[in-house]
Amino acid sequence: MKFPYTFPLTRAFCLYLGQAAFLAWEMFCSIFAGRIRWGIVLHQIVEIGFGSQAVVIITGIFTGAVFTAQIFFQFNALNMSTAVGPVVSIALCRELGPVLTGLMVAGRVGAAMSAEIGTMKVTEQIDALRALAVNPIDYLVVPRAVAMMISMPLLVGECIFFALTASYIVATSMLNVNSVFFLHHMWRYTHGKDMVMALTKGFVFAIIVVIVGCQQGLGTKNGAVGVGRSTTDAVVISSLSILMINFFLTMALNMVFPAGGGGY
Amino acid sequence: MPGSTDNLIEVRDLRQKIGTQEILRGVNLDIPRGETLVLLGQSGGGKSVFLRHLIGLMRPVSGSIRIDGEEIAHLDERELEPVRRKIGMLFQDGALFDSMTVFDNIAFPLRERGERNEKVIREKVAHALELVCLQGQEGKMPVNLSGGMRKRASLARAIISEPSCILYDEPTAGLDPIVSDTINRLIRRLQSQLHVTSIVVTHDMVSTNHIADRVALLREGKIHFSGSLAQLHDTTDPVIRDFVEGRSREID
Repeated sequence: MKFPYTFPLTRAFCLYLGQAAFLAWEMFCSIFAGRIRWGIVLHQIVEIGFGSQAVVIITGIFTGAVFTAQIFFQFNALNMSTAVGPVVSIALCRELGPVLTGLMVAGRVGAAMSAEIGTMKVTEQIDALRALAVNPIDYLVVPRAVAMMISMPLLVGECIFFALTASYIVATSMLNVNSVFFLHHMWRYTHGKDMVMALTKGFVFAIIVVIVGCQQGLGTKNGAVGVGRSTTDAVVISSLSILMINFFLTMALNMVFPAGGGGY
Repeated sequence: MPGSTDNLIEVRDLRQKIGTQEILRGVNLDIPRGETLVLLGQSGGGKSVFLRHLIGLMRPVSGSIRIDGEEIAHLDERELEPVRRKIGMLFQDGALFDSMTVFDNIAFPLRERGERNEKVIREKVAHALELVCLQGQEGKMPVNLSGGMRKRASLARAIISEPSCILYDEPTAGLDPIVSDTINRLIRRLQSQLHVTSIVVTHDMVSTNHIADRVALLREGKIHFSGSLAQLHDTTDPVIRDFVEGRSREID
């Protein structure tokens, strides 16, 4: 018995992790060596960051609204309706904001990255880049990575802002929660460290989406069918990775920024 | 002559495997500076695979590839960049960047090598487009070009940085005879005007007769024949005769 090679899935998983680790290593080496094409980075910020705003804002608004309603229905029975603000705020900052933004961006941007790079791969455009003495990691991966690292924390912040705004409107206008109490409690129990946690998670999810999207694109084979498969895999793998890594990230970040506290 | 400095490219005992199939089984070939070598062979015989080794797009299982005296077989991607700057490559389907116009495609190598003066870039692109007879097409996207125009635009991109060697992968495949003749004339013209070394992978005998200084035939992963056009046509080797005359022995 030769573990882990006895099991094809285990072997494929280890191989995938190894390739992703190599890609991440080369990407960070290029970034730290300063091989950043800022013109392409700006273009990618527009594509990734600016272009994802509508999706992220709508996600934030309706998540904030529905979460507020559900929390209110439960808490109101206990005469704790003014606690809706802090519960929604902390949940959005520490978990829902970054995870939902990560999932939406994985679906929109990760798929686009994988499809674009995958098409370039099967039409020999990646080989053409290499033949022209241009490193595909420097030209394709690094600008996308830098743009994502800049855009994602901002998108997470934007998602949380619109979610909390929607939460306030729903709570005070539709559910008759006292607006002063709502804001006061929300402000009292939400801290800077919750926001730092949200932005840190956004940054980590940006790296996951880029590595998975680019890795799938660069590994594309078998023409149009291969591009389709890479794109689907990019979305599935990056979404699952975000959900799984989020748990470990929460546990680790909670040691640095412990939840709770508050008061005057 | 192996090891001679007159050779721009020297390949020794080059071997390559894809999966379990041995594609190249010990290729030995010297290509002198300024020569146009046509590499013939059956489809799927490893011609394009051989060509890709010369610019480091594939790494051999074993063997040696020397470009301008420098061993490249085991260089990594970054170490290969200076070597690749000496070589241009025309891909079979052009491999133009489909997100850029023809102008940006052709200007791409100049911009990547640090040229920032747009006036200089415009002049060089105009000259390259003139060389490949594509004036007036610079604003088009690759998707709006015909197959022949795509190949010529790709050739303009390959030559704009004045490489000392150009690799052509099936430059006339899928083109009508008139466009094929245009491409052949271009290859000839580039050799006479820019004095570049050319390696042309093809199975088009009309093209071979038009452009070759020397011909090599790749068969079963090895160089089966290497000689002048006259020697190719005079040989009595049945394998070469079949190839030159386009005769199949499989079905009668």
